[in-house]
Amino acid sequence: MPVFFSDRQYEIVRAVCARLIPTDADAGASEAGVVDYIDTFLGAFSFDPPRIWAGGPFSGRRGGAASFGAFTPLSALDELAWRTRIEGSRGRPEREFNGPVIGLQERYLEGLARLGEDFVDLDGEGQDDRLRSVAEFTDLVYEHACEGMYGPPEYGGNRDLVGWRYIGFEGDVQPAGYTDAEVSQP
Amino acid sequence: MSAGVNPSRDFDAVVIGSGPGGSAAALALIEAGWSVLLVEKGRNHLIDADDPSRLLGDYSNDEIKFVSRHFLGPDPFLEPRTFRTSEAEGDRAYVGEVNSIPTTVGGGGVHADGKTPRFLEEDFRLLSERGPIDGATLADWPFGYEEMEPYYAEAERLIGVAGEAGSNPFAAPRSGPFPMPPGAPMYVATLTTAAAERIGLHPYPAPTAANSVPYDGRPACNNCGFCAFFGCPIHAKGDPVAMLQRALASGRCRLEAETFASRILVRNGRATGVELIGPDGAARTESARAVVVAAGAFETPRLLLLSGFQSDWIGRNVMFHFQTFVVGATPRPIHGHRGRAVTHLHDDHLIADPASQRAAKEAGLPWIRGGMVEHGAAGHPILEAKIHSWGPGHKDAMRDSSMRARMVALTMQGEDLPQAGNRVDLDPLIRDVRGVPVARTTYQPHRHELAASAHYSKQLVELLEVTGVDWTMVATSPWPGMPYSGGAISPIPASRHVMGTVRMADGPSGGSCDQWGRMFEAPNVLIADSSPFPTGSGYGPTLTLVALALRNARALASAGA
Repeated sequence: MPVFFSDRQYEIVRAVCARLIPTDADAGASEAGVVDYIDTFLGAFSFDPPRIWAGGPFSGRRGGAASFGAFTPLSALDELAWRTRIEGSRGRPEREFNGPVIGLQERYLEGLARLGEDFVDLDGEGQDDRLRSVAEFTDLVYEHACEGMYGPPEYGGNRDLVGWRYIGFEGDVQPAGYTDAEVSQP
Repeated sequence: MSAGVNPSRDFDAVVIGSGPGGSAAALALIEAGWSVLLVEKGRNHLIDADDPSRLLGDYSNDEIKFVSRHFLGPDPFLEPRTFRTSEAEGDRAYVGEVNSIPTTVGGGGVHADGKTPRFLEEDFRLLSERGPIDGATLADWPFGYEEMEPYYAEAERLIGVAGEAGSNPFAAPRSGPFPMPPGAPMYVATLTTAAAERIGLHPYPAPTAANSVPYDGRPACNNCGFCAFFGCPIHAKGDPVAMLQRALASGRCRLEAETFASRILVRNGRATGVELIGPDGAARTESARAVVVAAGAFETPRLLLLSGFQSDWIGRNVMFHFQTFVVGATPRPIHGHRGRAVTHLHDDHLIADPASQRAAKEAGLPWIRGGMVEHGAAGHPILEAKIHSWGPGHKDAMRDSSMRARMVALTMQGEDLPQAGNRVDLDPLIRDVRGVPVARTTYQPHRHELAASAHYSKQLVELLEVTGVDWTMVATSPWPGMPYSGGAISPIPASRHVMGTVRMADGPSGGSCDQWGRMFEAPNVLIADSSPFPTGSGYGPTLTLVALALRNARALASAGA
């Protein structure tokens, strides 16, 4: 169940991400769950602590106790910054000390409206044309799609590490690290 | 306590900023028997203030947290900065992130990959050695390398620098070896250093404040590769945690994070204390015998201006290093994501030679000077993905990985000449979250920097061609004429090496503070970061500012303030 998007919006964003980072012989954005990364980010404040900064120091993938999943509590100022960035300033004076801020949620909802309810029904080329016609929104989704594809899976994307596997990236490696030979040899 | 209540004098000194400079100054004052309140406006993700033997576990190999989401601060929404290249652009041309050095306990030491070279002897007397240049406010430092050498040695021992004495033929004389041997060379550096030697350059292991062996109770670096721009999950980087641990262990140092210094209180030419805003937003006053300002070369002049200091030098001559990036792609992957981000340097472009003299003459300049060159590689996959395009070609581009797995990157940290019109002042409109005017930077490079970059980039392209790459590309930061952004390709410098805004000089006609870092207007206000530097050299400023902070804080303590 999405935490921010409606089911319909979720399907559209999923279809968008599938065009941005397609599935080929290797997994793409669909298999990585990139839409879940975006939905979790936009709905970060549905969680406690909010899903802004994963915990540390280790994920458990290369030893140590898994702690990325315990997200870092925010300070009052952190919360102000991230709520404003995600929700927008909404006329609240404490968020508008340098003027109004349009939030990511609003940018997504507006972008999806411009993309059209019929987006999922178009063929691939039709979808790409539509994406090019809303280039600013597409750039925004692509930025997040890259994070969801290639970031740590604790943020909701990169499921089963498919984003790292197909490019041969080892991901986070603490506390094991690399041996000197792995650093210095070809 | 709230503002207006008679303050208690609980501490001898208030130190503002917990980065390498503030931590070193705090430690030197503690060792002289003083008590210190160390305030940091950012959060504490580094050290247990009550049990400094316990280091925190908040840092991680996480590209989203550290690169995409401002974990180390400053958050550009809460604390924007503004920028313009000249007054002709109006009050500002850009609002947002400007050369952000972390705003967190530990400051710039947390995210740096720990390159800690010493300056050369020439760096302290550039005007005398090379001569004046039109439009540049060049000045010799008030003292020479000989004065700094013992403090350099002490700083290296304190933060734990790994390196190899004698490996750099241009290095200034040392009184002793490095505390640790160099760490493992990155594979990419074994290729580029061999090529550099073939074309007559002199590469050497980069002095690096990351442990190569267990040191000072902290482990050796295990080469995880999440180094520059990341905090170290195992605390193998010694700067500035080593100083903080010692200072806090004394029991006479109190660390207050999320505490913003809004004003230094000055009466009759003496600082009497500091106004602070705590995590709950409440203001209070803390009195002290001395105030140490180590907030970095943007925030230090900002605080001085907010406090009513009058010297016209405050904020002027801001310097960044003019960075020249020469990148290329090797035929095969070189796993540049493993290791200490940069393991080798060469200094040849800091040294005058006939070719550079010819290039200077052609550019109509008396001389040009470059900077140290870092032999490095690329970053992590989110960064690369955002460079490539979306669509059917995306995954082939990521598999091919010309911008990551195969990328070799040389970075020259070029000498950036001081210019009086390049300055930090208070923005007339933009405020931080606390309602305080933010720092505005007005800056453009001198044509010296452009000429030096153009000249030395040719040698760096040759170096990569000899290394064996499919293509090369040259970029700079700043990049005049590009669209404004907080990223690397922008007219806004991205170096994280900010210097020069509270110039030290022999008297108030030549600068804002004396050769001991004390403000002429209030001699019990000590500047303990890179702000006092009269010139910026072509080396990262960290070790020099730590050495200077140790020297000057010790002098302050022996003078008794």
